[in-house]
Amino acid sequence: MTTFLGMPATAPPGVGHLRGEVPFPAAAHEALANPQLRRNLHHATSTIRAKSGGVIAELPDWQELRSAGAALKADTMARLPALLEQLEEQVAAAGGVVHWAADANEANQIVTDLVRQTGHDRVIKVKSMATQEIGLNEALESAGITAVETDLAELIVQLGDDRPSHILVPAIHRNRAEIREIFLRAMPGVDAGLTDEPAVLAAAARRYLRETFLSTKVAISGANFGVAETGTLAVVESEGNGRMCLTLPDTLITVMGIEKVVPTWQDLEVFLQLLPRASTGERMNPYTSMWTGVTPGDGPQDFHLVLLDNGRTAVLADEVGRQALHCIRCSACLNVCPVYERTGGHAYGSVYPGPIGAVLSPQLTGLPDNASLPYASSLCGACFDACPVKIDIPSILVHLRNQGPHPRAEAAVMAAAAYTMDHPRLYATAQRAARLSRLAGRRGRGLPPPLNGWSASRDLPAPPRQTFRDWWAKR
Amino acid sequence: MRIALFATCLADTLFPAAAKSTVLLLERLGHEVVFPEAQSCCGQMHVNTGYQKDALPLIRRHVRTFEPYEVVVAPSGSCVGSIRHQHATVAAAAGDASLAARAEAVASRTYELSELLIDVLGVEDVGAYFPHRVTYHPTCHSLRVLRVGDRPLRLLRQVRGLDLVELPDAEQCCGFGGTFAVKNAETSTAMLADKMRHVLDTGADVCTAGDASCLMHIGGGLARLQAGVRTVHLAEILAST
Repeated sequence: MTTFLGMPATAPPGVGHLRGEVPFPAAAHEALANPQLRRNLHHATSTIRAKSGGVIAELPDWQELRSAGAALKADTMARLPALLEQLEEQVAAAGGVVHWAADANEANQIVTDLVRQTGHDRVIKVKSMATQEIGLNEALESAGITAVETDLAELIVQLGDDRPSHILVPAIHRNRAEIREIFLRAMPGVDAGLTDEPAVLAAAARRYLRETFLSTKVAISGANFGVAETGTLAVVESEGNGRMCLTLPDTLITVMGIEKVVPTWQDLEVFLQLLPRASTGERMNPYTSMWTGVTPGDGPQDFHLVLLDNGRTAVLADEVGRQALHCIRCSACLNVCPVYERTGGHAYGSVYPGPIGAVLSPQLTGLPDNASLPYASSLCGACFDACPVKIDIPSILVHLRNQGPHPRAEAAVMAAAAYTMDHPRLYATAQRAARLSRLAGRRGRGLPPPLNGWSASRDLPAPPRQTFRDWWAKR
Repeated sequence: MRIALFATCLADTLFPAAAKSTVLLLERLGHEVVFPEAQSCCGQMHVNTGYQKDALPLIRRHVRTFEPYEVVVAPSGSCVGSIRHQHATVAAAAGDASLAARAEAVASRTYELSELLIDVLGVEDVGAYFPHRVTYHPTCHSLRVLRVGDRPLRLLRQVRGLDLVELPDAEQCCGFGGTFAVKNAETSTAMLADKMRHVLDTGADVCTAGDASCLMHIGGGLARLQAGVRTVHLAEILAST
């Protein structure tokens, strides 16, 4: 016998970064008007697309790997509670401490308390979507704790008092001239003669970060994978900053979304092939750090794992939408998305932008809080083809759109259109009436919103003198 | 062969030349075309905008109308995509398993024009003559939902007098996306701007595709720019002699 405990909660408002301030079309309006942003995004996404496409083409079994990844994720989601408990047991057995956080507020409180217990007021961070999602840096700051981002792009975002705009490349919206300005303005101890050469910029960040790595005793990370079988956590990164954070400090706190668990060590074989090729276009990930609990005399001696729900169980409850939890945060869907390429990540209002964000964010928060996101797609399907774990993003978008909420006037028009098209006489009359659109001219003068959105940039088709139906009847 | 034409609501109402050309082309190839008059719309706009409840009667009508026919053709990759990948799903979600099964059966006999010509009728050279410089936009749903691949290009390569030029970044969406074009009109326009730039870069005087909807979008933009490039449905080119 089971007890129904009610539907799982969505991510709470007022904390973290899952909700935009304005609907997508309004946010996109700002972004589209920024030629520098358009240029930066086009350059960056087309570069990554070409690189990723090249290394994917090298693998004869890429499609089989995708299917394997999809199957592993589906299996994991089907028995998530048991796998999480197994992960907890294994982490505890290896000397770690596991904390369960129902939402962003709980996770922020747990991490803040853990840092306080160490007596330190500064932490170093490995790039992590989960901690961006819950607004951990802000929570720590309000507790008097300074969090220093050590991923180069996250550092650029942090020093620029900016927000990340891409899952993998958080500063993708910035070019090197802009990065130079940010460093000159905000990086402590920066050389005033800094140029915008990539190597010079990287060296400046390296100098600043090296001091921080060596003097900070607490680190906070996310996790790409958590292996239930062994209790092993894994972080994959390209810069080595993660390796520093995961090995140098005394205390390591890892915040992991509950969907990041994988059943067995061997499953990593599939994901560690899929992830680098789909994300950065590399054959193998440069720095893959794995650790299991605490190893005496080696690495952090105090390890905490915070398992974060924050709406994920609610996503899991939706039979169609739950596929969004299969995401391994590679960003391939962002890099191929024609909408993302033109609007950038900030337009989505959430730390999860692009196609995956358009299906994940509204499910995590509940649809009414992100109602415009499922419509931020032309349903072109490029994301589905690019996804290394075959998430059918277009179908989830359509599924979410069907759940509303819908504007009342639009719903009335849609109902009337369907009624007309289901009644042949009405339909024939409506078809003939379409010819009256000549009155509006090809420029669509006087069309009401939202139809004037079409005619603002596109001529209307000239209505034919005869419908096909009429032609057929008369031949 | 006796072939039922699903004209699609858009071609029937606004772009009859695409449907007429489909009829004339298939008749020229020696086939009989019938037009079941009870047809209207596949319901894709409703499904994709979030109104599956309203789409259901349209799906029911479509299935009822086309059930009696052994082969159905539509001059639209997008509408065939909806018939093949949405009809049964929407019916099943509404709890109508019988409609879902019937929809699957109709979908399995429904073809986009280039699929019909190459896969069913086994013809690549349809005997057309079209003396123009043409570029082909593959349209997202033909490309990624139906996977028509190079079928339309194989047909175009056989057309006498036709100078086929490759469209740069052809696989990028033109920005139409149904109601996306009005709900996110500015983003849609930004996507269209790049598509038009690529079309103009080819120096073609005609841009063709297998979907009247995408052509309405690209053509609407080109007309606004007075660009001097026409959009012509693939069926019209193949029907030309």
